[in-house]
Amino acid sequence: MDLDLSSEQQEFQKMMRSFVDDAIRPHAESWDRDGELPMDAVAQMAGLGLFGLVFPEEYGGSGAELLTLCLAIEEIARVDSSLAITLEAAVGLGAMPILRFGTEGQKAKWLPSLAAGAALAGFGLTEPDGGSDAGATRTTARLGDDGRWVVNGSKAFITNSGTPITSFVTITAITGERDGRKEISAIIIPNGTPGFEIGRPYQKMGWHHSDTHELAFNDCRVPEENLLGARGEGFKNFLRILDDGRIAIAALAVGLAQGCVDESLSYVHGRSAFGRSIGTFQALQFKIADMALKTDLARQSFYRAAWLKEQGRSYRKEAAMAKLYASEIAVEVARDAVQIHGGYGYIEEFAVCRHYRDAKILEIGEGTSEIMRLLIARELGLPEG
Amino acid sequence: MNIIVCVKHIPDPNLPGVMDGFRLKREGVQGVLDPGDEFGVEAGLRLKEELGGEVTLVSMGPAQAQEALRRGLSMGADKAVLISDDSLRGADALVTARVLAAAIKRGAFDLVIAGVESTDGYTGTMPATLAELLGVPQLTFTTAIEVSDGRLRVRRQSADGYQVVECSFPCVMTVTAGVNEPRYASFKGIMAAKKKPFEQLSTSELEVEPDALKPGQEVVEVSLVEQRKAGEVLPDDGQGAVRIATFLKEAKVI
Repeated sequence: MDLDLSSEQQEFQKMMRSFVDDAIRPHAESWDRDGELPMDAVAQMAGLGLFGLVFPEEYGGSGAELLTLCLAIEEIARVDSSLAITLEAAVGLGAMPILRFGTEGQKAKWLPSLAAGAALAGFGLTEPDGGSDAGATRTTARLGDDGRWVVNGSKAFITNSGTPITSFVTITAITGERDGRKEISAIIIPNGTPGFEIGRPYQKMGWHHSDTHELAFNDCRVPEENLLGARGEGFKNFLRILDDGRIAIAALAVGLAQGCVDESLSYVHGRSAFGRSIGTFQALQFKIADMALKTDLARQSFYRAAWLKEQGRSYRKEAAMAKLYASEIAVEVARDAVQIHGGYGYIEEFAVCRHYRDAKILEIGEGTSEIMRLLIARELGLPEG
Repeated sequence: MNIIVCVKHIPDPNLPGVMDGFRLKREGVQGVLDPGDEFGVEAGLRLKEELGGEVTLVSMGPAQAQEALRRGLSMGADKAVLISDDSLRGADALVTARVLAAAIKRGAFDLVIAGVESTDGYTGTMPATLAELLGVPQLTFTTAIEVSDGRLRVRRQSADGYQVVECSFPCVMTVTAGVNEPRYASFKGIMAAKKKPFEQLSTSELEVEPDALKPGQEVVEVSLVEQRKAGEVLPDDGQGAVRIATFLKEAKVI
């Protein structure tokens, strides 16, 4: 059994760590306060090839394994969850559907700029009235007489949909009915298409400088060829994409938890109470030991899921387990880190304060904890309710 | 342009140094590309991007030193040469310069770049010696670099400002930290580094007299740097600012 990263992955991880310390850590707090995606940081990440890591070289990517991308996401999330999710969503939700389900023409048109990080894309599945429930999709796309899709409806919480370099959003929409059920297809909507309106950014609890908007489509017309994947396969295809996304979200959660462990360790060394360093109190030592334990187990779980994928084996259950466990321990570890920091943990000058706010969404985004448990139950052979 | 960059693999300066007798322990400890050499590699890469040519890394050190060379290759250098030989243990700066000069003379070169000094030994004498052995001019302590009309023109840091100095190729140049911002290696660069030419030589493959490899320098004592003493606390009785100013003047800071 070999649990080591490859020597290239280890070198890459070291490089990521120094990049994050130099280029991201000094600014994370002020970016969070400003609440806008820092495009110069995105450009620096693009310069390192992070947006193209897992894409084939023919589209300008590096042909790396999913785990390598996860290592990058984990390192960024130790310090800055907003930039980590920007990368995760750009790759997993923006570009990956094009690679997996796009025609040669669609791939040639969109992938090179996405892999270079010169452009970003979003994926719009969730609507104001429903997220996890595909049947609740209301957005419609009707093929008009002029051979163009006419899209009407709205989408909610769409990451990377309104940045200055967003080139398109892929949405799911009802394109008809099949066997008495809604036929849901995926359609590419380029930014700037008349009738496609990007709402104001949300005032979120955390992930402040990740770009998230509500989107509205009013008689928005796009060419028929913008259909992504087979007609009627939109939702099913999207679910297939999510397995990889869950491993990446687990990596993000592990990064956040590790950041909390690191901050707590350095805090207890420097802080004294009752005449001695608070790091000598067993109550805090046990807390930090548990935080480190959970973080390490969560890391092993996403490593395993990524490894299974690389081996070409089934990994749906393991990906769901990794996402569920890592996101839940991230919330716990962040909460404990705030507790260790006492009053300082509640003010923004200390990173754990931001980490605590950033952690909660991990139990919700890209599949809630409840959906993860349902999925694991199905994989265990338990019946649908 | 054939650009040679001299690099050194040193024990990680962020970890406490371990001694092996009078020498710094180098084998079996975590090592890195000397941070000072990252500026040299970056300078070489930028000149290559501007003028074309090839960047070759040259290093002397134990087999483990190939890690530092890999790092430079990941950043974008084209090939690497490592001179590694048991007989070189404990080599001093003069021996190092002789070995590097012999390795560099094996091919044509236009420019040899080195850091001002290493971050472990700090003698700072190797690059100047190297220039003498190669018989070429040297531009040292550079903080800004340009090439115009086929000549190298640099800003040279001095105690009270900078000098602008230029010379023709071939030459040796040493770079300071701050001459540029070294790039990070991308994953693509890391993968590509595995496939780049990497040559490992012993001293017998170089044109250098065996006697020239014997260090002329003998280390007779090594002692720890005196621990920093606690600072002096002066209660401010209204004269605080004056006393601070006096202190800074005595320290020749102002």
